[in-house]
Amino acid sequence: MKVGKQTYLLDNKVYIQSAYSLAGPYESKGNFRDYFDCVMEDDEWKCKSHEMAEIEMQRFVISECLAKVNVSPLDCGAIMGGDLINQIVPTSFSARDFHTPFMGLYNACATFGEALSIGSTLVNGDFDKIICCTSSHYATAERQYRYPLELGTQPTPESQWTVTGSGAVLLSKKPGEYPLVKGYTIGRVLDFGLTDPNNMGGAMAPAAANTIITHFKDTGRSPDYYDLIITGDLGRFGRETLHYLCKKEGYVLDNLNDCGSMMYCDKQKAGQGGSGAGCCSLVFASYLYKRLLEKSLKKILFVPTGAMLSKDSALQGESIPGIAHAVVIEREDFY
Amino acid sequence: MEDKQYMEYVHANAQKSNHIVTLVWAFLVGGVICCIGQGFGDLFAFALPNWEKSKIAALVSMTMIFLGSFFTGVGVYDKLGAKAGGGSIVPITGFANSVVSPAMEFNKEGIVLGMMAKMFVVAGPIIVAGTVSSVVSGLIYWIIGLFN
Repeated sequence: MKVGKQTYLLDNKVYIQSAYSLAGPYESKGNFRDYFDCVMEDDEWKCKSHEMAEIEMQRFVISECLAKVNVSPLDCGAIMGGDLINQIVPTSFSARDFHTPFMGLYNACATFGEALSIGSTLVNGDFDKIICCTSSHYATAERQYRYPLELGTQPTPESQWTVTGSGAVLLSKKPGEYPLVKGYTIGRVLDFGLTDPNNMGGAMAPAAANTIITHFKDTGRSPDYYDLIITGDLGRFGRETLHYLCKKEGYVLDNLNDCGSMMYCDKQKAGQGGSGAGCCSLVFASYLYKRLLEKSLKKILFVPTGAMLSKDSALQGESIPGIAHAVVIEREDFY
Repeated sequence: MEDKQYMEYVHANAQKSNHIVTLVWAFLVGGVICCIGQGFGDLFAFALPNWEKSKIAALVSMTMIFLGSFFTGVGVYDKLGAKAGGGSIVPITGFANSVVSPAMEFNKEGIVLGMMAKMFVVAGPIIVAGTVSSVVSGLIYWIIGLFN
């Protein structure tokens, strides 16, 4: 059901039946270390290259996510997901091991929000089960967007650390004691002219603010309807900027937090925090999903954010547009 | 909020580098690397008294390039660079680092099209700029010579 300009509330119940998270070695020392389902002992994970490791990561989280609830990949309508690497190779290559239809998505780091939105719509319709999965890897992202790993460069204070990790969720019609996807607000691509590829939080914050404010206007809800409003990978500066932008429009987000800025502890010195397509899916499949299961969180607005840049677009002097999708996830008290 | 207003907000509020700390680090690390080079120069001059000065200098460069490459290979130089910035980029060890690090990175795509083709992705501009500026300064030197 369409509500307002960009928001859709689902008529049927779409359950998040299962979630599985896999974290890299650096992430496993961060703030969420007790929540991950599995931890990689090193970056290459017995693969020949970091790209192959990322393929293996996605394959692993998808199969474990299904194994957790005894669902065969053949029972799923589709796998949908994406990552940051050229032609979304890790996601598409991981899907070749399953005999499940596949849809590749790309919305930079907001891909998980896109996957949840489309996946929940399909499960709201005729599909029975959909797997949503995204990943990112520090080493593959460094090569994609920046410099060789061993080059002695100095990170700027605004820069973020790409999360090595992957998270998968299974959206399903099967009723149970699970959190539900209740709806979503699809975001617009917004460009405020920022050109510094190191300051992605600043580039994404206006898009996140726009999506969140649109969501409140469309639904008529206020920020305190939610226990937690959590963005994807804005980082500390981006989170403060988002808070400031929303306050200017009259929405005070006291329950705002950000997956990226929560990811690492202070002593890890990861700049503004984590980023990457795997950042929000990892936090969702571990920390948020577990808190939703134990009902210490009941209503959250999950807003993955993405900065749509490539190495070439930045070199050609293009500014960095941002995007954010807001997904409403709730627990119901009675079944 | 207008684009321009927002840009001003970001520029005013984004975290800036602490220049004093980064400058001190760069100065110390760069200075230590140069002292090590000078130390090798003195050592070689002492050990090889019959060698010309230019040959000793070449030997020192080769030693420092080896050390830069070696510490890149064992994964130390990038950690040094994250602290020292320009202090470890400017000396010749930094040049070695900028050639060896892409060679290691792109080795996975094969020897010829990976490592050999992409070895100079970082150092290429330095080589081009160095060659062009030496040609230009040579031309200026030659033109001045015509008038003497």
